[in-house]
Amino acid sequence: MKLITAIIQPDKLDAVREALIAAEITRITISRVSGHGRQAEEDLYRGQIVAPNLIPKARLDIACNDEFVKITCDAIIRAARHGEEGRVGDGKIFVTALEQCIRIRTGESGGKAI
Amino acid sequence: MNDRMRKLLGFLAPLLLLPGLALAAGEPEVDHGITSWMLTSTALVLLMVPGLAMFYGGLVRTKNVLGTMMHSFASMAIVGLLWAVCGYALSFGPSVLGGWVGWSPGLFLLKGIDTTIMSTKVPEYVFAMFQGKFAIITPALIAGAFAERVKFRGYCVFLVLWILLVYCPLCHWVWASDGFLFNMGAKGAIDFAGGTVVHISSGITALVAALYLGSRRGYPKTTMNPSNLVMTLTGAGLLWVGWFGFNAGSSVSSGLDTARALTVTQVAAASGAVAWMIIEGLHHRKATSLGLSSGILAGLVAITPAAGVVQVDGAIALGFIASFMSYFAIMLKGKLGYDDSLDVFGIHGISGMTGALALTFFIRPAWMAEARAAAGGVWTVGQQFGVQASAVLITVAYAAAVSIVLLVLIQKTVGFKLDKASEMSGMDHSLHREQGYGLLNPN
Repeated sequence: MKLITAIIQPDKLDAVREALIAAEITRITISRVSGHGRQAEEDLYRGQIVAPNLIPKARLDIACNDEFVKITCDAIIRAARHGEEGRVGDGKIFVTALEQCIRIRTGESGGKAI
Repeated sequence: MNDRMRKLLGFLAPLLLLPGLALAAGEPEVDHGITSWMLTSTALVLLMVPGLAMFYGGLVRTKNVLGTMMHSFASMAIVGLLWAVCGYALSFGPSVLGGWVGWSPGLFLLKGIDTTIMSTKVPEYVFAMFQGKFAIITPALIAGAFAERVKFRGYCVFLVLWILLVYCPLCHWVWASDGFLFNMGAKGAIDFAGGTVVHISSGITALVAALYLGSRRGYPKTTMNPSNLVMTLTGAGLLWVGWFGFNAGSSVSSGLDTARALTVTQVAAASGAVAWMIIEGLHHRKATSLGLSSGILAGLVAITPAAGVVQVDGAIALGFIASFMSYFAIMLKGKLGYDDSLDVFGIHGISGMTGALALTFFIRPAWMAEARAAAGGVWTVGQQFGVQASAVLITVAYAAAVSIVLLVLIQKTVGFKLDKASEMSGMDHSLHREQGYGLLNPN
């Protein structure tokens, strides 16, 4: 089992969600986070260009069995990239080993609980 | 039509440089009581526009909140300017072009009214500004029908053209003293504060626009939850408060008519809200905050044309009937599947028509007696209903016909419907490069 954590641009959230649903990955958790990488986004406030030090991002957490890792990551990468080339700030995907998964309702655990 | 307009403006421009031809002799004096109430009303009606921005802004998804509120605020800016430049002249000038609009060179830029005191004992500036607020809110109401999916540039062009070609002519027909609907039948078509001009015209245009521009991406499969119903309720409250200026101010006096209009406005709003709560309670076993707000609006819209002629019993009845009709219309929308996103036609169109027609059965006897006297003996409820129905039909037909032409024209030139990628990323980001909410839940 793996835990996939993806940090993406908020404006690509709908595209990524739809791509995941199309790939039949439907169990996801989304949160709004802020942070910064190499991107310095410019917002316009009253005509002044300011570079905020923390940039809003969307975070997706998806737990899946090993055979779904590639499908999930491919779907996210395809949908979250801006244009063909992509651009700085499109985000990152972290894949980590997942030790245990328990469904609260039934108490079942392991791969079948995902 | 536009070219003709431009030629006309070009021809008249030199005349405007002449000093204003004020009629100094026998002018009425300013009545301070009336004037101060009209100034208050003007401010109250303007307050409805940010109220509407909040009402609509709370109903859309988080990614579109600023884009949606901008529709109302852009109207304050663009129509606020347009009205002073030529909107007032087109609406309240003497009839030209066979009564299609009004026009008087002296009213261009409001030059000629610098010293005018009207027969209602109010400076004409106050009346012009009061009327201007109605022009501002009307196209802003339409924006709810195509919420979350239009380009800002296309919307701005739509604002200008719709005001010039739909609002100003309708306003002239219904409210100018030489307008043909103002003079239809014994005592004219009854539209006290804008049932036809404001609510039916915006409602029907909303329906046409929703049908022409198509649904939002994913509608109706994807749920599109309101971003902030707290803001929507606050906005509905501001609309209710502002409506006292809208209706009671439309008496252009400060006396008995004002008191009557204010009373029935209050009663109809409350009655509409109670009715909606009862209907929802029976239907779903729950009264919702959005339902209560919708009921308030349905009641207010229905009493708008009727505020000068009905009494409290009529106001209660109109509020109830309007809520019932609008609730039914919105359920029908779900069945038919068109995406009038914030139910502009369902509330303003349907309740507006309901009010304009049903008011006939609740007219106070004194008004009918005057109408009979004016008609020379006989004037029945049926005849007045005919006048009301004609006014409604003319408004619907005219607003729908011109609006569809405008929509096609704008879509083919500057573009109206937002492209797919921009719609998905949200108007706030793609059109305005800002965001409305900080770290709230995404959607």
